[in-house]
Amino acid sequence: MSIIEDKKSLSNVKVVTANEAVALAVKCAKVDVVGAYPISPQTSIMEYLTKYIETENIPMEIVRVESEHSAMAVAMGAAAVGARAFTATASQGLLYMAEMVYWVGGSRLPVVMAITSRAMGAPWILGNEHTDVLLPREWGWMVLFPEDNQEVFDTIIQAYKLADTTLVPVVVGLDGFILSHTTMPISIPDQSIIDNFIPKNTPKPYALNTEDPFTHGNAVHSNLYLEFRHNIFKTIEDSEDLVDEIDKEWSKLTGRSYGGVIEEFLLDDAEVAVLVMGASSGDAKEAAKKVREKYGIKAGVIRLRSIRPFPVKRLSKIAQKVKAIGVFDRNMSPGLGGMIATEVKFALYDLKNRPIVQSYIGGLGGKDVKIADFENILVELKEMVDGKREVEKVKWVGLDLAAIEKFLEEV
Amino acid sequence: MKVLIPKSKPAKGAVGKTGLWRTSKPVVNHNKCIKCVICWAFCPETTILRFEDNSVDIDYEYCKGCGVCANECPVNAIEMVED
Repeated sequence: MSIIEDKKSLSNVKVVTANEAVALAVKCAKVDVVGAYPISPQTSIMEYLTKYIETENIPMEIVRVESEHSAMAVAMGAAAVGARAFTATASQGLLYMAEMVYWVGGSRLPVVMAITSRAMGAPWILGNEHTDVLLPREWGWMVLFPEDNQEVFDTIIQAYKLADTTLVPVVVGLDGFILSHTTMPISIPDQSIIDNFIPKNTPKPYALNTEDPFTHGNAVHSNLYLEFRHNIFKTIEDSEDLVDEIDKEWSKLTGRSYGGVIEEFLLDDAEVAVLVMGASSGDAKEAAKKVREKYGIKAGVIRLRSIRPFPVKRLSKIAQKVKAIGVFDRNMSPGLGGMIATEVKFALYDLKNRPIVQSYIGGLGGKDVKIADFENILVELKEMVDGKREVEKVKWVGLDLAAIEKFLEEV
Repeated sequence: MKVLIPKSKPAKGAVGKTGLWRTSKPVVNHNKCIKCVICWAFCPETTILRFEDNSVDIDYEYCKGCGVCANECPVNAIEMVED
């Protein structure tokens, strides 16, 4: 639904970057404590929050710390006493924070963290890619990935719902620079809608209590650890429907639905589809429309919105319809394939009539990916379906090896 | 799915008899000990037993043999000996 159609909240339209959309959502979620440490492209989230505290006198505490490791430790400590906690990071910052991210996942504390995606050194790099956002999917966190600024705002709110319900912390990933620093109009729902959607009085069996003291994460013997990990596994596995339900509930209140775990675009009659996350999805959708017009190829887009829970059920249904899926990964698992492509193959392997799955890797370090690249992917997929092209383990998009040779010769 | 939270109450020896980890053990020389209880304050595992007259001894069931007590003792009344 466009902003103009959404008359109910037209008065609350703001034109903001995705980072400000994150900050507005954190404010509207009435977060109590924020652990803050700067790193591009996330820094302005904290700057906006600081501005709100100064100018609007909201009861939020921002703790400025000496590292990302401590930023997550602050969020963990706040969540452990039952406060609503938030932090944000990216790239190298997430790597430095990693130990505490794992502790929060294991402790079942409903922290929400925004990661403005950015590639990691070496070589030193600022550009966007999704590898950092995907890492916490192995660390006991849910991982959601919105497409545009409005969805970023809505997904932060939904993330608190998901975290409070499952006691699994949630990462909301957004494309660094491409989204974090791009301005778009967003509609902000009435505060009462948000207050009712994510009430603060949910059960908190994890909350420390001075009347009945206990500790988090004390040592256990080997006969218990597997069971705790199994519990995290099952909770996340069982949350696929919950992500869909939360999306539906939000849509009833605001008129905005994103399809839950997966947004399906032109998939009803699609023979080939590209699977993609985040801001590039808009280009992929344009490409699907173009190859339909130009070549009559029945093309669609599978926009992956939830990486954890991984939408095995929804994906399996889609896989019954389409004959080939090209998974475009703006990330990689070195020597194997795209991280999402490997997961898609795992998810679909047991199907009797599974589609072709081709892994595409591109856009690493912020390298431009164009509509024409997605058109090319869709055309190639059609050729694979027709038996005119071989499926390869991995195909690279925009790889220019001559340019790197020239660069190194000049060093 | 019932959520399992890894919380626990403080308890003696929550991960078992950590004295088994020891390679050398602290031994108190009671003739030299001045009952300052510095060892008791510094022991990271609270395995220094402190008595009413402030004399001390070691809880060998849980002492890991780190040697902090011997290092902190101002009169060298604690000696680390091979276990």
